[in-house]
Amino acid sequence: MVKEVERAGIPVVHICTVTPISMTVGANRIVPAIAIPHPLGNPALDKEEEKALRRKIVEKALNALTTEVDGQTIFE
Amino acid sequence: MAKIKVVHYINQFFAQIGGEEKADYPAELRVGEVVGPGVALTQNFNDEAEIIATIICGDSYFNENLEKAKADILAMVKEQNPDVFIAGPAFNAGRYGVACGTIAAAVQEELGIPAVTGMYVENPGADMFKNQVYMISTKNSAAGMRDAVKKLAPLALKLAKGEKIGASAEEGYMPNGVRVNFFEKERGSKRAVKMLLNKLNDKPFTTEYPMPDFDRVDPNPAVKDLAHAKIALVTSGGIVPKGNPDHIESSSASHYGEYDITGVMDLTEETYETAHGGYDPVYANEDSDRVLPVDVLRDMEKEGVIGELHHLFYTTVGNGTAVASAKAFAAEFSQKLKADGVDAVILTST
Repeated sequence: MVKEVERAGIPVVHICTVTPISMTVGANRIVPAIAIPHPLGNPALDKEEEKALRRKIVEKALNALTTEVDGQTIFE
Repeated sequence: MAKIKVVHYINQFFAQIGGEEKADYPAELRVGEVVGPGVALTQNFNDEAEIIATIICGDSYFNENLEKAKADILAMVKEQNPDVFIAGPAFNAGRYGVACGTIAAAVQEELGIPAVTGMYVENPGADMFKNQVYMISTKNSAAGMRDAVKKLAPLALKLAKGEKIGASAEEGYMPNGVRVNFFEKERGSKRAVKMLLNKLNDKPFTTEYPMPDFDRVDPNPAVKDLAHAKIALVTSGGIVPKGNPDHIESSSASHYGEYDITGVMDLTEETYETAHGGYDPVYANEDSDRVLPVDVLRDMEKEGVIGELHHLFYTTVGNGTAVASAKAFAAEFSQKLKADGVDAVILTST
């Protein structure tokens, strides 16, 4: 799906936990996530901390979208 | 002659420990036990080999704790010192396939013990590891177990005995870039004419030289003005309005959903859930923002960090879903996103 969005001409960032799969599939902008069942959260944290964590990942994703890349790039 | 010693790796599901709720099961060694698919493998060893130990590990545990899981399992295999290591088969289970490929390749490289695994050609583990370990090509579900072990067991025996391995077409493994010479029964001209006749008659035929598939898309230019950009959310994590109104399947999804989030500030337990059957749904059902971060993007919209969050999101279940289906879904909704003037997409996967 990431590749088809990119092919349509829309910049796209892939947030996922198993980044090697994303590399194999062919995403260009990749942001690592927390865990498979909760990529943008952590149920062990309290609500506020968890939301702050989520915001950090989304900020990384937006940063990836505003960064020029010339090949597959993982934004750690 | 002593029997060939085999160590077998399987996941929590095939060990009948549990489904997704047990996917965080850490690596466990069971000495002297033949578990799950190990029984079928043993039947196909023709008394030449025996499974001396089974290693079980949860799929999420393996992928989320890659280095530790790999080190722990390598230590277990080393201690058992088998003649050959078999992982899976994993069919179309993505995390399981990646685990099988990773550990089989590591056993071979780091311990010098021959290894073999098996999975469906679209499993992400296939492209990642088929050039590093012999990988039997299986069907896309466990219904193909019988066929899979019929190829896995003989190849494992050959590897253990150090026998010459034939070409991929003869042994049933995925082509791995290594060319093996063998004599065909019929000469090339005859085979080519047969293939052509089949093709002209719309009958199935198998090419002897598939064209390589380099499907890469160049990255688009970056977003210049985030504060005025329209951002859309897309997910393969199966987030849907509570009740799954369009009945998106929990695996092998046949369609995607388009949902309006106008005025939705936060995804709650009462309003949204996941339809995905390939991971433990407890956390996503409690708070779907953990997969689709609507709450955070609404904050950023209010603060002016982004221009706006697109009022529609697109979702499907990426669990055993055919690559061709996912491609078709995205090709279609991408045109809608374009028509709606979306500047960038955040796509989340579980």
